[in-house]
This record gives sequence, structure tokens and C-alpha cells, in this order.
Amino acid sequence: MTRVFVSKDMASVALGADGLARAFADAGCEVVRTGSRGLFSIEPLVEVETDGARIAYGPVGPGDVAAVLDGSHPARIGAIEAHPFFASQQRFTFARCGVTDPLNLADYAANGGWKGLEAAFSLSPQEVVDAVKASGLRGRGGAGFPTGIKWQTVLDTDADEKFIVCNADEGDSGTFADRMLMEGDPYCLIEGMAIAGHAVGATHGYIYIRSEYPFAIEAMREAIARSAGKVAPFTLEVRVGAGAYVCGEETALLDSIEGRRGQVRAKPPLPAIEGLWGKPTVINNVLSLAAVPFILAEGAQAYADVGFGRSRGTMPIQIAGNVKNGGLYEVGFGVTLGELVDEIGGGTASGRPVRAVQVGGPLGAYFPPSMFHLPFDYEAFAQAGGLIGHAGITVFDDSVDMAHMARFAMEFCAVESCGKCTPCRIGSTRGVELIDRIVAKAPRESGALEAMPQIRNTKGAARTHDEEIDLLRDLCDTMKYGSLCALGGFTPYPVLSALDHFREDFGGASALPEAAE
Amino acid sequence: MTDLEEIQTFIDRFVRQGMRGALLPLLHAVQEEFGHVDPKAVPLIADALNLSRAEVHGVISFYHDFRTAAPARHVVKLCRAESCQSRGSAAIEAELSRHLGVAMGNSRKDGQVALEPVYCLGLCAIGPNALVDDRPVARIDSAAVERITSEVEA
Repeated sequence: MTRVFVSKDMASVALGADGLARAFADAGCEVVRTGSRGLFSIEPLVEVETDGARIAYGPVGPGDVAAVLDGSHPARIGAIEAHPFFASQQRFTFARCGVTDPLNLADYAANGGWKGLEAAFSLSPQEVVDAVKASGLRGRGGAGFPTGIKWQTVLDTDADEKFIVCNADEGDSGTFADRMLMEGDPYCLIEGMAIAGHAVGATHGYIYIRSEYPFAIEAMREAIARSAGKVAPFTLEVRVGAGAYVCGEETALLDSIEGRRGQVRAKPPLPAIEGLWGKPTVINNVLSLAAVPFILAEGAQAYADVGFGRSRGTMPIQIAGNVKNGGLYEVGFGVTLGELVDEIGGGTASGRPVRAVQVGGPLGAYFPPSMFHLPFDYEAFAQAGGLIGHAGITVFDDSVDMAHMARFAMEFCAVESCGKCTPCRIGSTRGVELIDRIVAKAPRESGALEAMPQIRNTKGAARTHDEEIDLLRDLCDTMKYGSLCALGGFTPYPVLSALDHFREDFGGASALPEAAE
Repeated sequence: MTDLEEIQTFIDRFVRQGMRGALLPLLHAVQEEFGHVDPKAVPLIADALNLSRAEVHGVISFYHDFRTAAPARHVVKLCRAESCQSRGSAAIEAELSRHLGVAMGNSRKDGQVALEPVYCLGLCAIGPNALVDDRPVARIDSAAVERITSEVEA
């Protein structure tokens, strides 16, 4: 019987993979459902096992079964590994994603699974923490904090109980690596969390997954049940979010697991010292934890050998939005933004010129093509007034209205603010109003407020357009430095970068010459 | 109108698991079972978990997912986040809203369909995306809008 491989990733299913799998099953094939390979322009994708090798065809539909099986279909790709999108990748974390049956334990073990956990069990907790430190792994959720240092703090804190929490509340638009990994290689995350448990002395872990990811929730629950014996005495449990973006912030996430409103906690105390239920807690992103099995199995040096500057290892970059070859591209740090968007991504899907890319989700900065020389590196992006975040790149063509996108950032912050701190809760609403007035070229008139005897420090005349823009910058400054967490603190990034690089969209001349390019 | 006793039995059974931080999982379970979290169930939940009614109400009102009234027969959740916007989701939203006869964020008066916003489904390279009764749909164009419309009208 011919074996064929079809993805059951949520994105593949959305593109019709279920119908394709059914058609191959009806044709008498043995269908193995895998995760996604990660390039969506060739999906729905099928790989046919021929003489021990896998020959890929895509995009194909249920009507193409016969032509695929006799090898005559024009959408023949050949070996996926040789496809240019995949040949240049360094798949450390996503090595198995799209290759194996995600829930098949034998498949996992046969493809290098559990080697990291076995290595960790042969080491002392301190030696495991040292290996993670030596690898240079930094938090993949966006903050880039060294994972080993975080683990050290938890290891060094005495407590009767400690926890490992996985942040799988991947709410940023333009990111889907966590989802793909949980659906395509769930045991990898489980292995990483079990290693973390051994390293810091925690026996229970939580995976907090957003409710918008039903496929990932199901895959993780099933994988936890099947692998329970393998990771014992470490135990795991899935907790499901309820549609609050702010729960991706680590302390809000902890409150949510505890059964409360997802409100941000003031730091200190750090979660590593007083986290879940006041106990020392390792809280890491899916990708940070999933990078750990490789580090333990292949050695910290093998991971640290790849990268750029202080950003070591690989990053699963997500190329999204209006782009021709969108998908997941895992590669060492240092690749430039231009290579990612123009060469690997192939430019826009609409065929129009790229006008802006947003890196790092709704709280990331917008960059014009004149900044495409930027290397993918935490420090380089910070210096350019942006952030890598969760490494999602959203591409926009020249039809985008950047003032609208800036307004959207403020609006999103207003909707999703947890309400605990004023700069975020009130500032975002004022930001929307302010951008509306700027775009309408209707600056605030001097009103009843200014006429009040108590108000002595206003000038009593209508504001000018430039003054409104200054006020927006001032508001962004207050939000950036006055907010408790990254939601209010980083919303200024998209707003200010839009204002700096695309001033012409806000009425008036371009502020920076490069934006005119 | 759900029978309160039925809800009470359901809550009692759930609470017996002795889960830590059980409020969100319990609310999810109640909503899954009964379609929504009836405000009349709030005192029962509070009592079962030894919380105040205010705490339970606070959690229900904080999270977008929890509904306090029965949902429409079909729910279309359309993504409004940046990646889908870059692929023309604003036009699709207007078209879908017109075809379904309901404004974004509302249920149609006859209770047949609701159009709800969602901020990212993690399908960001193949937008505009939606969940139609929990089934993911990608690359939504005018033809897909018509397919979705006839599906939910059936």
C-alpha cells in the first residue's frame, strides 16, 4: 500500500487538507497525518513515499489524486528538503515538524526524541542549567531574557513547591510558530518542560494555550496523556485562555491560571521567586522550552555556534501578511530583514511594492524597505527603535494607510488593556482620539475646559497640526515609560515608527527622507 | 432557559476533581455544556469554589470568550488583526457583514448567525481567515463569503 503524508495543521486544514487526506484514503493509500512543513504557498501538500524517499506535490486538491499517484502531476516539487525555501533553513527546533506523525511516540523516539531528556537525567540540575546558560538561549517570547539565568534563580530559590509554566498564549498577529510546534511536534515541548522540571526541581507544569487554537489544545492534551509515563514523576496540564490578549504577559497569565482576571502584576517580585500561587516559577515561551531538547541532546556549543552577536542559536521566523511565500523559516540570527521579505518571502502576494513590514506582532515597529539591511538580532532591532518580539514579520503592500495602522494599534490596546495601570487604560483611548483628529486635520479647539479659571497653563487657542503630533509623541512617551507591562509600554512602537517613517500618511510632509523612497 | 438544578449537578461533578485555580476551566466547561454562562449560575459557581459573586462576575466580564446569553445558531469569527488586514480583511468584513445581514460584533435578530471579531487565529500567511462554527477557513475571497453565507443560512 502506498504511504502518503498530509498535514493536519490548522492552517493546512483551513486550506483543504482534510478533503485531500480523505481522497487519498479513498484511493486506497495509507495516509499519515503530520504537522505542517511550514510553507503555505505549496499547501495543500501531499508527500508520496516512493522507493523510501518522499516526493512532494503541492498545491493539490482531491481531484489530483490519480495524477499524483502516477507521478504525472505538474505540481511535483520533489524532495521537500531540496526546495529553496527549506534548503537554506537550519531546523533545530522544528526538525521533526511536518516530517513525523505528531502523536506517534515511536516516531518521536526514532527521530531523536527524548535524547535531551535522557541526557538531562544523567546530569545534576546545576549542570542542566549551566548547559542552557552556555547555549546562550534567550527568551523567544519577545523579551530576550537569558533562559539559563531565569532557571538559575528558580533553582536557587528554596520552596516546598515549584512550577514550570509554558506561555502558549501566542496572541500576536503574524506569529504562528508556537501553534505549529504544538500541533506538529508536541512531545518536543513536553520534553523541554520535563528538562526544565528536572533542572529547577519542579514536578508540575502548566501549558497555557489560547482558546483560538483548538487544534493545538487537542494535540497537547493527547500528547500529555500518551507521554505521561515517559516524563514521570513530572506531570503536565493544559489550561485554556479565554480570549484576553493581555494574558500573554507572563504575570497576567499566572493570574489567569490561578482563576482570576488576567491582570498584570507589578514586578518585583519576579515570577522566578514568587510566581504561580506565590511559588518559584519558570515561565517560558513555547519556543524557548522547545529549543532545550536540542541543546541537551546536541550540546550547548552546537546551539551557540549559530547566531549573531549576543543572539545565539536559531529563530523560527514567521513570514506573514501580504507575502508570496509565507510560512515558518527557522534560521540562525543575523539574516537581514530584506533577505527574509524579498528573497525568501518573494515579495508581496498582491504583486505590488512592499511599503512596510511590522516585526514582532501588534506591539512591534513598522519598518520601511529602506531599513531592510537590518540583521535579525535583538540588539540591532532595539537600536533601530523596534523589537524582534516573537519573530513574526507582517508584510504590507503600498495600499496600506499607516495612520490607520497606528490608530489600530491604539484601538487594540484600548480593547485589550487589563485596566490596571492608567497610561495603558486611558492613554490608548486618548491615542485613538488624537490620531482621529490628526488624520481629519481637525486639531482640538480651545473649549470650555481652557476657559475654566482653574486651568492656567493652556494657551487658550486651538492647537495646530504639529502640536497635535507633538502631543501624540508625548502620550507615547508616557505610555512607554509609565505602563506596567509591554501592552501599554510597547504600543508606542507601531505608533511612533509609523509616524517617523510614514509621516506623509498623517497629513503634512515626510519627516524622514528615507520614508519617501 | 436552563434548569438551575442541572447546572448545580454539573458544577458539583466538576468541582470534585479538586482542580487548583478551577474557575476558568469550570466556566469553559459550563459554557461548553450549556452554550453560555447563565448569570443565575454565578452564585452557584461562587459557592462551589468558595469565591465571592463579584470575583466570578469579574472573571466572566473580563474575558471576551465568556457569554452570558445563548449564542446564535451559527457563529462566524472573522480575524481583524494586522496580518489579515494586510491581505484585505477590511473589505471582506464589509462584504460578509452585508451578506449575513448583521454588523460586526452582533447577532442577527432571528438568532441564526452572529459575526464576531477575533484577533488572530495564527494562520497569518493565508488570510483573511475566519472560524465558521469552529472550522478554520482561509484565503477568504468573495466566493468564500458566498459559501460561508449559504452554509450558515442552511
